[in-house]
Amino acid sequence: MDLNRLSKKSGTEWWLAPFGRMRVPGILFASEELVRAMDEKVLEQVANVAGLPGIVRASFAMPDAHWGYGFPIGGVAAFSQEAGGVISAGGVGFDISCGVRTLRTGLSIDEVEPRRAALADALFRAVPCGVGSTGPVHLSPAELDDLMLGGARWSVKKGFGKAADLETIEEEGVMAGADPDAVSSEAKKRQRDQLGTLGSGNHYLEVQEVVEIFAPEIAAAYQLRASEVVVSIHCGSRGLGHQIGTDYLKSMLAEAGRHGIDLPERELACAPIDSGLGQHYLGAMRAAMNCAMANRQVIAHLVRETFSEIFPAAELTLLYDVSHNTCKEEEHEVDGQKRRLFVHRKGATRAFGPGHPALPAVYRAFGQPVLIGGSMGTASYVLAGTTEGMGRAFGSAVHGAGRSLSRHEATRRWKGRAVVDALAGHGILVRSPSLRGVAEEAPGAYKDVGAVVDAAEQAGLARKVARLRPLVCIKG
Amino acid sequence: MPNILPRWEHFDHQSDIGVRGLGRSREEAFVQAAQALTAVVTDPARLVARASVRVSCQAPDDEMLLVAWLNAIIYEMATRGMIFGRFTVACQGMRLDGEMTGERIDRERHQPAVEVKAATVTCLRVACDETGVWTAQCVVDV
Repeated sequence: MDLNRLSKKSGTEWWLAPFGRMRVPGILFASEELVRAMDEKVLEQVANVAGLPGIVRASFAMPDAHWGYGFPIGGVAAFSQEAGGVISAGGVGFDISCGVRTLRTGLSIDEVEPRRAALADALFRAVPCGVGSTGPVHLSPAELDDLMLGGARWSVKKGFGKAADLETIEEEGVMAGADPDAVSSEAKKRQRDQLGTLGSGNHYLEVQEVVEIFAPEIAAAYQLRASEVVVSIHCGSRGLGHQIGTDYLKSMLAEAGRHGIDLPERELACAPIDSGLGQHYLGAMRAAMNCAMANRQVIAHLVRETFSEIFPAAELTLLYDVSHNTCKEEEHEVDGQKRRLFVHRKGATRAFGPGHPALPAVYRAFGQPVLIGGSMGTASYVLAGTTEGMGRAFGSAVHGAGRSLSRHEATRRWKGRAVVDALAGHGILVRSPSLRGVAEEAPGAYKDVGAVVDAAEQAGLARKVARLRPLVCIKG
Repeated sequence: MPNILPRWEHFDHQSDIGVRGLGRSREEAFVQAAQALTAVVTDPARLVARASVRVSCQAPDDEMLLVAWLNAIIYEMATRGMIFGRFTVACQGMRLDGEMTGERIDRERHQPAVEVKAATVTCLRVACDETGVWTAQCVVDV
């Protein structure tokens, strides 16, 4: 990216002054090195988002931003309903409510290490992943409607997990305002056998070791200790969310003209929040958010069952579950006034600071856990939301390493078998139904996640709490 | 008729992958784009023609018709657990009638790399150049 188009406000804050259709500035939070490495398309997309009706303060890009669909991946933008603001299907994306859930196992690395290969094999057998996989539940139409309203709470009622889990899930596991009637029959059909499946692509299940603690007080509140083993699950709303994205992108494109919206790029398809279409999309998207939380709850149950076979004394407790592809109605302070805003986070994690009423009581004094996935061969991080971050980008932070190479280029450079063997040489056991899928997800195809989280911390978006090293990776 | 053999190719997108079909007509380009879609998931040469599915779609323009066609294939793949290696397309104006032939996904034999979530409108283009060659392309989200 050409830095001449940006003005540098600090080592990790870069502004794009409004021009053309932009109503607000673009603000990129990243180190100079990360900004230089970003595709020019990121800036173009930041500028396009800045031109949407009703946008408030700025169009933001996180340190892991890369070329997405309409919005950059790693994009954050908030809209005011009173100011004619919009909701964008493109701004949420096709993988609605994709997110990360991390479970503590209470086991040390020394306890897990002797059984690690057996654990990898058992998890690979137990958790359906990859193309064509089906979950442990076939949903009837009525069950799916209940799931879309009940989220993770529905899963718990059905015997997947514990009621205590709900306390440490975003929205306590249930997104209010879901409307199953706003979800097409095609979307529902696509989901009926997919509950409890991981999916493919960048989705994964990892067993990880806590290898470094950066903020001991917060880590203690999160009950994270060095040398302990955790499990992280990265996936979303599966076929339901994919089809809702497809359906509403088409409807929003068709109706944009009627609402007087002149789109600079079709992927920015959106509708006024107070329009019928906008409200229908919100209802459908929230149904998909519930589906995603229900899905991760079922997968967590499968993980617990597997651990109980190999480590009968282990008790897996939920650290947190947070999504990174959403639009949520939230209250934020803007120019000294509290305002209700619809905050789009596309490839960006909500990162509320200490004291926020939406946080579980157990974490409220410390800030929200922010779960950041890296690549198979590097590391993942647990961050904490900060007070400063609330004023930066509406309480948002990064979501992962972000790709640096396309899938096409990755398969040109690496072979799946060689990647699996190389990772095994570094003590990371990979299990996947597809070697080509592994090649596409090779660690070298991702940015340095350490540089990304360092930039997030330096920019004040979130604070580093712990670094996690992968031990086992189940890839779809 | 332009002197080219219909063919498909992939092109780069930082997060996902682009599919492109080239042909001597809009229909041929759409068939080749569908082949490119299948190749995102598996090697089309591994597929056996066991069952056929017919779909119809409509759209306001050529480009959205391509998106509708690819999304129809993605939907059939997802709900039938199938993967398709042969396609036929007939268009009348902005209505497309298509047939896809393939088989149920066999994870051992097909080694499917990735599930396709949706055809997007990113890098979407359906056009005929001055030599008469049709291009049909877009990025698919995986």
